[in-house]
Amino acid sequence: MKKVQFENNFIPYLFILPQLSIVLIFFIWPSSMAIYYSFVLEDAFGISSQFVWLDNYKDIIFDSQYYSSVVFTIIFSALVSFFALSAGLFLAHKANGIIRSKGTYRTLLIWPYAIAPAIVGLMASFFFNSSHGDMYEFLNQIGWEFDPKSDPFDAQVMLVFIASWKQISVNFIFFLSGLQGIPKSVLEASLIDCKSSMKRFWTITFPLLAPTTFFLLITNITYSFFETFGLIDTTTRGAPMGETKTLAYKIYQDGFLGADIGGSSAQSVLLMIFVLLITVFQFKYIEKKVHY
Amino acid sequence: MKNFSYSKILSHTILILASLLFLVPVWVIFASSTHQPETILNNGLQFLLGDNFIATYKSVLFENSGYTKNITVLDMIGNSLILAFGFAIGKVVISSLAAYAIVYFRFRMGNFLFWLIFLTLLLPVEVRIVPSFEVLAKLNLLNSYTGLIVPLIASATGTFFFRQFYKSVPDELLEAAKIDGANSWQFFIDILVPLSKTMMIALFIVMFIVGWNQYLWPIMMTTEPEYSTILLGIKEIYQSNFEGSYLPEFNRAFAMIILALIAPVSVVVILQRWFIKGLVDSEK
Repeated sequence: MKKVQFENNFIPYLFILPQLSIVLIFFIWPSSMAIYYSFVLEDAFGISSQFVWLDNYKDIIFDSQYYSSVVFTIIFSALVSFFALSAGLFLAHKANGIIRSKGTYRTLLIWPYAIAPAIVGLMASFFFNSSHGDMYEFLNQIGWEFDPKSDPFDAQVMLVFIASWKQISVNFIFFLSGLQGIPKSVLEASLIDCKSSMKRFWTITFPLLAPTTFFLLITNITYSFFETFGLIDTTTRGAPMGETKTLAYKIYQDGFLGADIGGSSAQSVLLMIFVLLITVFQFKYIEKKVHY
Repeated sequence: MKNFSYSKILSHTILILASLLFLVPVWVIFASSTHQPETILNNGLQFLLGDNFIATYKSVLFENSGYTKNITVLDMIGNSLILAFGFAIGKVVISSLAAYAIVYFRFRMGNFLFWLIFLTLLLPVEVRIVPSFEVLAKLNLLNSYTGLIVPLIASATGTFFFRQFYKSVPDELLEAAKIDGANSWQFFIDILVPLSKTMMIALFIVMFIVGWNQYLWPIMMTTEPEYSTILLGIKEIYQSNFEGSYLPEFNRAFAMIILALIAPVSVVVILQRWFIKGLVDSEK
């Protein structure tokens, strides 16, 4: 905080009031409702409700569908983060090494940021479609009986591929600006000491990028958890056999389409706790270990 | 030296291939949009341009479509623009004010309110969708621009962005302003806002794209087609293509995808420097 500040008991509330009222009405209110609903059982018509303590949570914990959603979400976000981060770093490293036409490559690689996940999904649904999709035909021609409509594994592979495709440009932007922030003198000094460019990259450049990488890791995980919603809703919609539901998508399907308010709210609360843990972890633990 | 140029060629090849990985799918969608629907139905996606460009785009932009046939894609683009501009402007104004209160004032509850706003980062709208819908219904805000825009502003990203920036502004400025007798509003408007102009534009651009690309919130919020954004329009035509009984209008769906990309892609490409600044600085 600032050393010099205004002292006033009334004015600051006026400045913070617009944001605060939006947060209270559109965030705190619905979130508290979610917490309340998670302890309540409603009948199908929403007429009567009964306080059932932790029954909704018990139902979730013993639900095998919830487990498969947890497992899918974790593997999905790990793979998407890994592929999108490595591709982004690799391309940024290559682009940074080029002096001429760096700007052109930057433009060519950052514009996909503007494509909405829902549009990525729609485009993919045409390319991977069994009746006229080029990717579908290509994969089947090289001997993989690819069929995302009936084979859960194929659908999962497809989702990891398109979700990573979408996320590469963000990672590229951050890694490129991170690379450009590394002082030239450091790189020149390392050039004298070490001939292998691979070794230089892993021992000098990569550690210097640690803060960027750490931040991007969190961003990529959050992206896979939440922003991929539009992507899933326009491609698999959780099918086949419910094996491509992220936790966020399951909450939406159970609550909004399935009208299981209690169960879906309990899932929201569990997810909220999980995100809280990640946030605390981010601030307390990893940030100290990352070398600045 | 020979070795060096070899690795350079390799770099260029890799970067060109990567660029194509992104360009080709969008090009194929565009090329296919210029063909007759029958061509796409029988022969699949097209790589070369067809001769139906003007007819398709004209009919998509200006003729009514959708379930109820009372909204054109041009109207949907209008709705998307309202959402994107309203969201971006609201976010910049509201979060710069809130950050100002948090950084420049010593007041009771200041810390508590900061954490309250911080909490919003924990639970994106996807996760509290049902209760949010109920709140909006109770407030009678379904099918309105207010309901479409204002709840999305709740998240704290912008507030953090300005908080970081204000903290880097030298204390001497406030001391000098206080000596000159400026009150808190004058200091904000005459000194802080001009100083943060660049930051404001940068955040605006990033938020414009975030707003334009909203998907789930408009689906829930709007049941009347006149509030439909372009993304919803595409979803609708896609559903009638794959699930409906009509002759699939793939060319129309493709044209709408291209039209939905024009605004955000031009913003990113043309305002690239600001955009990168907004994106990278908001995360420090």
